[in-house]
Amino acid sequence: MRVTVRLFARLKDLTGAGELIREIPEPATAHAVWNTLVAEWPALREYEKTMSVAVNAEYSRMMATVKDGDEIAFLPPVSGGNGQCAASLQGSPSRT
Amino acid sequence: MDVPAVAVTADPLDIEPLIALVRAAGDGAVVTFAGLVRDHNQGRQVRFLEYEAYEPLAVRALQRIVDEAKGLWPDARLAARHRIGRLEIGEASIVIAAASPHRADAFAACRYMIERVKQIVPIWKREHFDGGDVWLEGATADPDDEAARVKAYRTACA
Repeated sequence: MRVTVRLFARLKDLTGAGELIREIPEPATAHAVWNTLVAEWPALREYEKTMSVAVNAEYSRMMATVKDGDEIAFLPPVSGGNGQCAASLQGSPSRT
Repeated sequence: MDVPAVAVTADPLDIEPLIALVRAAGDGAVVTFAGLVRDHNQGRQVRFLEYEAYEPLAVRALQRIVDEAKGLWPDARLAARHRIGRLEIGEASIVIAAASPHRADAFAACRYMIERVKQIVPIWKREHFDGGDVWLEGATADPDDEAARVKAYRTACA
């Protein structure tokens, strides 16, 4: 069967492609699709623990079964940022 | 015209249409948030940022957060726009508006939205700084991670 693979951000940089077509024997999981990519680009392997996967633009799991024509997206960690409050009560204006 | 509550766009963001979208006669508060491109980060002089999205999932994830917030603050209404592409220093990458009959819920819903966006919306930023560029990576996106959801809620209601 044939599936479309979508890659983003650093995963796209590592492979040089944002979209790939892959032929893969049935039945297959998202993980099997991923393994074909890792075989081609071993540098992808380190992302396995931190990335997310989506099938047909819905969050899914690596063990999910994929079908002919599916779009499987591998998503590196999203952009994050610091949401911590920097204020400290020490040094705040005195009420006395 | 039916304006969507959430969107991902390459166009510059404007908060006013979002306020108009969420406000109703029964509201006593509108809280807005704009996330801006900062000129420095981790000791680096930032030149510009580049945002990339998996657009259909990003829109769904934004809508999911709006729905989550509706469950937590039934009287509040939320809208958000996230920008993609190249953004210059000072430009807004995201705008959020939250309206509610009372201010506490509007503040909390707005804060919840941005905290969840940072957790589960598939949007990435590449920082271009003096001397190079780097993808900034934060959380592994997992909408079913209950601990992350609780953390966002606690931050919103702190």
